[in-house]
Amino acid sequence: MRIVADLATCEGLGMCEAMAPDFFEVDDDGVVAVLDPAPGEEHRADLLAAVDACPVLALALEG
Amino acid sequence: MSVGRLVVVGASLTGLRAVEAARRAGYDGELVLVGDEVHAPYDRPPLSKAFLDPDGERGAGEVTQFRTEEVLRDELRVDLRLGVRATGLDTAAGELVLGDERLAYDALVVATGSVPRWLPGTDPAGPDGPLAGVTQLRTLEDARTVRAALEAGARTVVVGAGFIGSEVASAARKRGLPVTIVEALDLPLTRSIGPEIGAACADLHRAAGTDLRLGVGVAGLEEDVVDGRRRVRAVRLTDGTTLPADLVVLGIGVRPATAWLEGSGVALHEGDRGVLVDATMATNVPGVYAAGDVAHVANPLFDGEQHRLEHWTNAADHGAAAARHALDPAAAAPVVTVPYFWSDWYGHRLQFVGTPRAEEVRVVVDELAAGGGFVALYRRADRVVGAFTVDRPRDIMKLRRRVLDRGTWDEAVAYAAGTATVAT
Repeated sequence: MRIVADLATCEGLGMCEAMAPDFFEVDDDGVVAVLDPAPGEEHRADLLAAVDACPVLALALEG
Repeated sequence: MSVGRLVVVGASLTGLRAVEAARRAGYDGELVLVGDEVHAPYDRPPLSKAFLDPDGERGAGEVTQFRTEEVLRDELRVDLRLGVRATGLDTAAGELVLGDERLAYDALVVATGSVPRWLPGTDPAGPDGPLAGVTQLRTLEDARTVRAALEAGARTVVVGAGFIGSEVASAARKRGLPVTIVEALDLPLTRSIGPEIGAACADLHRAAGTDLRLGVGVAGLEEDVVDGRRRVRAVRLTDGTTLPADLVVLGIGVRPATAWLEGSGVALHEGDRGVLVDATMATNVPGVYAAGDVAHVANPLFDGEQHRLEHWTNAADHGAAAARHALDPAAAAPVVTVPYFWSDWYGHRLQFVGTPRAEEVRVVVDELAAGGGFVALYRRADRVVGAFTVDRPRDIMKLRRRVLDRGTWDEAVAYAAGTATVAT
């Protein structure tokens, strides 16, 4: 499983960080940093919640 | 699940998330989505932000649709009724009234949102008809009106210093156009973030060249009649000033869209007539749920206080929960969320988490004058219950976590103070 973040679309609103703070953090520039791009399967539910919560549809899970 | 037909009334974000959640929960029955606009659900926050930007900029004039009509109909198997207005609810019979039609439901989600208020004499549905140049900003059509006026170089007057009005002012200033905000209260944003912080927001307007008039109301609008059509010419204020205007944007609040629920038996708020729901989004009528702008929701995080929020995240979270609970009431659990909204002014990002109803509001970091950020915290007893920031995207979700975890005031203040660029 791989987290794909479209940094050109990201507006740094932070909902992903709210849902899964171990995997996403908005940085000082107001764009998301993916802390672990290839997380374990056990985190899928949290990561899906983060993907769904993105107001600008900048996130996807592959695999 | 015993529900054979789930009907969702209101086809904006709340309604969309409701139908998505229903299918995701495995619901295989009939799913009807009724909306009074002719468009499939679209995203409203950009309408007062990027949508208004000059041609060629990212998002300028563009509409975000999360799902097309085809996907809704074919993949989510939604019976989509667009351009159809709910006119009543017969809770005894279990029927939604759509003009001449009656639609039976087993479970219902109310997601009709809210309707912006008009100034006297400006409601297009009123006896004098539309007054050109005067608009609200809620729908796609409204946004097109505002954008076209800005493209034409309008002199703009914004009535009400709320978030949407402030974003319109920001869009006007981005084009170098003159804009005045008229606010009846002495400070902006008193209800949404508290008076203590309104002063800092007022400074953002002034620094950007927006003419902010506080503590003054609108006495009336002056109009011309051209070819039999009324068009606004100026705004007259209660202090005797007259402001010439080509575009007047009203941001004077909303009322929940619940006229169709009057007399239905669904309990409404005695003040604004919003729908009263518990922490599971259930109304007092079995099988009827409500979410989004229309609903006063009891939040367990803040002592069960009821809040009616007009936030994107609230609409999304609660819309999904309302549908899940409507389909399976036995499994309904209280929804605990931290309210969150954001706004973009003059290149600044404003963010708020939690509740502004507090015993103390403390500005912990104020570096705006030096080109830095701003952090304020909201306290009840020894808990942190809210946070407001400007240009601190890295910190807001860390503060949100503290609100969610019922963190202590002292720890939150120490965290916020530690984010200062210069020790204060």
